[in-house]
Amino acid sequence: MATRRDYFSRKVHSLLGVIPIGLFLIVHLSVNYYIVDGVESFNKAAKFMGSLPYLYFLEVTVIALPMIFHGVYGVYYAFLGSINTNRYSYARNWMYMLQRFTGVFLVIFIAWHVWETRLAKLRGVEVNAEMMQNIVDNPLMLIFYIVGILSATFHFANGLWSFAITWGITQSPRSQRFMSYVSGVVFLALSFVGIRSILTFAGIL
Amino acid sequence: MTTPMQADQKDIRFIIERQDGPDQPTYTEEFTVPYRPNMNVISALMEIRRNPVNANGDKTTPINWDMNCLEEVCGACSMIINGKPRQSCTALVDKLEQPIRLAPMKTFPVIRDLQVDRQRMFDALKKVKAWVPIDGTYDLGPGPRMPENKRQWAYELSKCMTCGVCLEACPNVNDKSSFIGPAAISQVRLFNSHPTGAFHAEDRLEALMEDGGLAQCGNAQNCVEVCPKGIPLTTSIAAMNRQTTLHSFKSFFGSDKGRTGSAVEA
Repeated sequence: MATRRDYFSRKVHSLLGVIPIGLFLIVHLSVNYYIVDGVESFNKAAKFMGSLPYLYFLEVTVIALPMIFHGVYGVYYAFLGSINTNRYSYARNWMYMLQRFTGVFLVIFIAWHVWETRLAKLRGVEVNAEMMQNIVDNPLMLIFYIVGILSATFHFANGLWSFAITWGITQSPRSQRFMSYVSGVVFLALSFVGIRSILTFAGIL
Repeated sequence: MTTPMQADQKDIRFIIERQDGPDQPTYTEEFTVPYRPNMNVISALMEIRRNPVNANGDKTTPINWDMNCLEEVCGACSMIINGKPRQSCTALVDKLEQPIRLAPMKTFPVIRDLQVDRQRMFDALKKVKAWVPIDGTYDLGPGPRMPENKRQWAYELSKCMTCGVCLEACPNVNDKSSFIGPAAISQVRLFNSHPTGAFHAEDRLEALMEDGGLAQCGNAQNCVEVCPKGIPLTTSIAAMNRQTTLHSFKSFFGSDKGRTGSAVEA
């Protein structure tokens, strides 16, 4: 008998992108935003996040495992598709393409970002504002981070839209259109938060 | 064959992607067809068949294509016309940019030239039991009535002619993926909404939930853009996402293995 592995994986993949990964993204970008209030403020917030109880458990179950599943299944799933925006240049098809490109890019970006920050902490480096300032002092790294942030906010916002369809929440064309406006607002808002923070780290703002 | 009339009449140019058999290499061949008013792509192909000579004046084989009803209800004559999948019977030459480029819908196995094998679509309909079983060993009597407003939207879904255009446009219907394609998913919605068809709603939902069902839809929504019948395919897909989700919750948490039929009403 045929299995339901595809069905189950796809639903879980879609859900994990919103809860907990999407929520984590919002928290992460919000904590970063403390840099706008100054280095002190950011360091205090970072220290608080680093002092949460049973931190390792939270990091593994709420962040690492969901992200690994979402990333591994997502890349497999992305490569099942065949991009055809040349022939069918509809707005939604472009979103489909961007969702896959940003997803694959995010695997690279997040792997690098985790290595450079969280795993650096294991190697005895202190995670603080100065660390980020040093990273984005390099213009190439700043561009890499800006593209990474925009990819993450787009992937999450557009993923919210498709999550609502994959779970059967938005069925009518009207509700799907409404959800695409919501998705657009989420993208703009989170991008503003993310980009303003990273430019502040870089000393540009 | 020249007539005096032809001098001031334009010729129509065709660039056709051809293939002599299922595993044969593809090549393109150009044809010119004398213009007549109100031609469609099929009447032009018939013209070429009458006199199979290509644009260079070389004798060639007539072009193979599939057709049946010639009024866009059977779905047999679908092909790629100027880059878009559609029916060749309703592709009017006067409304097409020239040269007119024809190619087979390569999502399906090509039999020859423009003729493809849409068997996977009919297999999909069997898989999801896209019918209403009414046969019994005795008279089952009249079925329940269908509300008029439901009949109206269900009628739109019933216009599907398994033409294959939605599968051709879908980025997730290909050799790598096992996605069943939009057409069959919409048919599950149609038959699950039928008052008698709803008796077997769970069977159809379970068929959609199996591997090779609806899971690998990527929400690119090309299907609804290209459907020649304007069927709300993406609404159907989202509706089946909801029905299967509720069905899976009911069969996991519920006491009657989800066989209540109420998933369909949701």
